[in-house]
Amino acid sequence: MEIKKQYWNEYQKEIAQDDYFYERSCIRQTFFPGSEATFLKILRDELGKKIVDDPRIHTCTGIGYHSDIVPFDTTMAICARLFSLMNGAGLKNYVPSCVTSFGIFNEVVETWKHFPEELEKTRENLRKATGREFEIPDNIAHPSDIIYNFRKELSRKMKYRLVNRETGKPLKVVEHIGCHYSKIFSKSSIGGSEFPHVLVGMIEEWGGEVVDYPERRHCCGFGFRNYLVMANRGYSIANSKKKFESMKPYKPDFIVSNCPGCTMFMDRWQYTIAEMEGITYDEYGKGIPVLTYEEMTGMLLGYNPWDIGMQVHQVQTEQLLDKIGIEYDPHDKYIGVSGKNLGVPEKPKNLVV
Amino acid sequence: MSGKNIIIIGGGPAGLEAAYHLALHDYSVTLIEKETETGGHIRKDLKLFPDFTDASEVRKELSDKMMHPNIDLKTGICVTELFQEGLKWVVKCDNGSSFISDAVLLATGFETFDATRKEELGYGIYDNVITSVEFEGKLKEGKILTSSGRVPQRIAFLNCVGSRDEKVGNLYCSRVCCINGVKLAISFKEMVPDAEAYCFYIDMRMTGQHYEELYRTSQEKYGVTYIRGRISEAAATFDNRIQLKSEDTLACLPLKMAVDMLVLMVGMEASKSTRILSAQNGIPGEYGFAAGSGINFRDNLTIKAGLFLAGTCKRPLSFQETIADAGAAAVQMMDYLKDEK
Repeated sequence: MEIKKQYWNEYQKEIAQDDYFYERSCIRQTFFPGSEATFLKILRDELGKKIVDDPRIHTCTGIGYHSDIVPFDTTMAICARLFSLMNGAGLKNYVPSCVTSFGIFNEVVETWKHFPEELEKTRENLRKATGREFEIPDNIAHPSDIIYNFRKELSRKMKYRLVNRETGKPLKVVEHIGCHYSKIFSKSSIGGSEFPHVLVGMIEEWGGEVVDYPERRHCCGFGFRNYLVMANRGYSIANSKKKFESMKPYKPDFIVSNCPGCTMFMDRWQYTIAEMEGITYDEYGKGIPVLTYEEMTGMLLGYNPWDIGMQVHQVQTEQLLDKIGIEYDPHDKYIGVSGKNLGVPEKPKNLVV
Repeated sequence: MSGKNIIIIGGGPAGLEAAYHLALHDYSVTLIEKETETGGHIRKDLKLFPDFTDASEVRKELSDKMMHPNIDLKTGICVTELFQEGLKWVVKCDNGSSFISDAVLLATGFETFDATRKEELGYGIYDNVITSVEFEGKLKEGKILTSSGRVPQRIAFLNCVGSRDEKVGNLYCSRVCCINGVKLAISFKEMVPDAEAYCFYIDMRMTGQHYEELYRTSQEKYGVTYIRGRISEAAATFDNRIQLKSEDTLACLPLKMAVDMLVLMVGMEASKSTRILSAQNGIPGEYGFAAGSGINFRDNLTIKAGLFLAGTCKRPLSFQETIADAGAAAVQMMDYLKDEK
């Protein structure tokens, strides 16, 4: 533990305290649609921070870039436009919702730092294409960095703890960090890439116990072209399966991640494996719930689980809500924002829901 | 007596051996060692490669040499400053004492690589990941046990931890880890014959006399298995073993295995004293080591008249090479002092 603390102390970074420009993710609003709204609510209502959610934002090109479809020059120009929007809002602290975007922005800024001619070329490209100018942000932080930074303050406001209501014992939590959060530049993460602290810090502060299992650092299975190229999808699910098998003996109560791809694939592949092979990784055939860190935070703050999007998970989350003792109305599960019943999804054959 | 005073900084094999040669030739030698005991790193060894000489015999021989009346041994004090005043050298120590001499021999040795810098290997985090120095300590105690007190049935030794590694900034080879790993694997197999021993390597550099033969013996007689590949990740398993990920680069296959213990063959780095004292005197060198005046000749001389180098303060060397180098340094110092008026 002392060495872990040494690593955590070595990998610290500056995180802006207020006045953020938020860039939504391309995929998160589809995968886990309540998470970004929950983050904005936490920042504004719980922490009293200023955060601008600009509807004009667009892709960072991340998925296309990592699939070798979008050239880096284009990526740099697109990122520059996003920075230009931030400049227009009078802000200097950039907060990309997606871990891949976070990696992209760090890579672009690092490139400009080492190759100033690339920065000048990007300025020219953006000027020609849009007539815009831009300045590099003073601070780039992932939203999980910000939640981590205010974890103690949030802890004081929380209605629930990561504790089993019946046994009084800490919940066992598997934390999974997106590769592009810490593995591109370990210095851009809290705690480094081997033993990152960003989610560990939240879990431990809020009463949970982190599970360190052999395949903790292994890929979630997304791996971009592992999934995006249909012929490769066997690699994707095989990697996820490897992780589930490795964590199973520890009987984790849930998984939490700070990456859209990781959360998505660790959730959805459990359904797929259950349907393909009849295997689940818990005792009751229900699977291991997979949460975003915003959902975990919102859940403990006492937000209605259905308002933060817990009903769109493939592995159902009621087992976790019940363990903690979180109050919810099961009848509201599929009631939309408009009050209209959205309908109950078809039940899987093997995965218990 | 010659009337000349010499100060030797460092009481490891290089310093001790050089002190003895100089004393034999009637020089008055003051040897300063920061530890309370002399012997340097061989104090931690049980046996020496390649012939499994009992390290205590070597220590005793070196220690006996210190009984020479021309040697004034001062232990437990650390040199903090070294500088030249005219033709004399001034040495100041952390206890406030200072010494003046006609020549100084820097024999400040090496430090083993801090394995926590290789984060992916989990040293300091997982109980059953230990360094080669710690493994040697277990051999000296006469028992190899895991953290839970079990006799390990499978051990992996990983070469080049902190050496030939761009990530940690050490591109050089530490030269002795390969053969030391062979020695440790054989020692383990002699203790636990039914156990499995795996050595992970980049390439086996068996450059010394009898090294290649010992490497062959380790395979033929002791059944040690060698895998060409580095370990990319170590993690604890549910039953507190160590899961390793590597690539067998000869088979061109990824490899995953669980072992009871992972031993990191930590390389040599320049010692803190070497870095400080050579910097104070403008002695150049790579990776913090002190460089001699020439590669082919004058390897024990420095750019400063009267300041000499011996042993692993210059670069990684085996014990035998260190002893030979110390003798060479002593001869060069005598040549210098003979000429100096």
